[in-house]
Amino acid sequence: MMNKVVDSLEDAVADIHDGAVVHVGGFGMAGSPIDLLHALAERGARDLTIVSNNAGVGRVGIARLLAGGQVGRIVCSFPRQDNSTVIDDLHREGRIELELVPQGTLAERIRAAGAGIGGFYTPTSVGTPLAEGKEHRVFDGREHVLELPIHADFALVKAEKADRWGNLVYRKAQRNFGPPMCMAATTAVVQVRTVVELGELDPETVVTPSIFVDRVVAVPNPLSERELIAREGE
Amino acid sequence: MTGRLGRDRIAWRVGRDIPDGSFVNLGIGMPELVANHLPEGREIVFQSENGILGMGPRPEPGEEDEELVNAGKKLVTLLPGGSFFHHADSFAMIRGGHIDICVLGAFQVSRTGDLANWTTGMDALPGVGGAMDLVAGSKRVFVMTTHTTRNGDPKIVEECVLPLTGKGCVSTVYSDLAVVDFGPDGPVVREKLEDLDFDELQDRTGTPLRLANDWKPLEVPILD
Repeated sequence: MMNKVVDSLEDAVADIHDGAVVHVGGFGMAGSPIDLLHALAERGARDLTIVSNNAGVGRVGIARLLAGGQVGRIVCSFPRQDNSTVIDDLHREGRIELELVPQGTLAERIRAAGAGIGGFYTPTSVGTPLAEGKEHRVFDGREHVLELPIHADFALVKAEKADRWGNLVYRKAQRNFGPPMCMAATTAVVQVRTVVELGELDPETVVTPSIFVDRVVAVPNPLSERELIAREGE
Repeated sequence: MTGRLGRDRIAWRVGRDIPDGSFVNLGIGMPELVANHLPEGREIVFQSENGILGMGPRPEPGEEDEELVNAGKKLVTLLPGGSFFHHADSFAMIRGGHIDICVLGAFQVSRTGDLANWTTGMDALPGVGGAMDLVAGSKRVFVMTTHTTRNGDPKIVEECVLPLTGKGCVSTVYSDLAVVDFGPDGPVVREKLEDLDFDELQDRTGTPLRLANDWKPLEVPILD
């Protein structure tokens, strides 16, 4: 029998090892798998590479891993936010390696990893510092740069519902990087609000098919970034 | 010279140039104001690069949902007809030429339409977001900005000295003084404040401008 549902957040992240490359879903607070991230902070794996759009705020989510000195390298499009003091400080002190990637290139590099694409050419970033050192090639009279896939050992993703096979349904703009990250990681770990019976999800509405998901954990009342940040401010 | 436009009045002017039926991406900051100043009777669909088409205004108190934010990470709503999609599809829309217009801010625009708007080069921690994808793929790129920096330096320049976001990508600059189109002949002033001499506008610009033969006064109502 196929059952990808694990009992606890602790079990969900138990094998995330030192030096792992971890894709982290979410865009700002939407879709951020805060409960999984805090479980990983608790577990204490070190020298991680985090691939995510943002770098967390306050001491919440990715920022908690950064503050704990668990991250050696971060790949993201927009690390700076209101209250992103942890990454600000680490970067200024030269204690973290940052690779800045245009947001669409980041999404496509992740998708390419999941889709078995060895690399792709994009017009994005041509003529900018982010294209320096990359192979250029002209297609149809327009210059493009070569971008390579970003594989991961693990993906941490938040969705709304899953069944025991790992089919996923998302809610609103929570989806963002989740589907391509589930495809790209060797082990995709997903926190959902509800685990439903097999057959209960309408197959027409499944967004991430079960084959891309390895582990599901139910978190009926997920942590709220807004509430955690408000509490930090008190 | 009087009547330099404020942010809302620039947004109003940008809104006049967005046709009915357009799919539009608004950048973070000043461009977000455009959504408040659209002409009556036009149906315009806003795309947010984090996976939303048909983005609506900020939610009423009590209606906030942490899973529904815009590109600036602010809480928003979804309008009837709206849809959600993942990031790779979102940037297929953007890079693939499906967005009619994006509206962005600028540090500098060169006479050939190069845009610099993501880093001053001095930032402790730079962030690029989706700007490079938006300027690479949108059918038209509108820039909304003050004509000069706080120090009075021109933002429309011969060549950008700041790191570029994209080359030759800007269609039109909407400033607090003028509307300037960018094409093969360099920057052409389509509209300027009526009581602003062309020479004075030229003085505030770092590269030669041409005044269109059919130029019009830049007329924007006083807004609340």
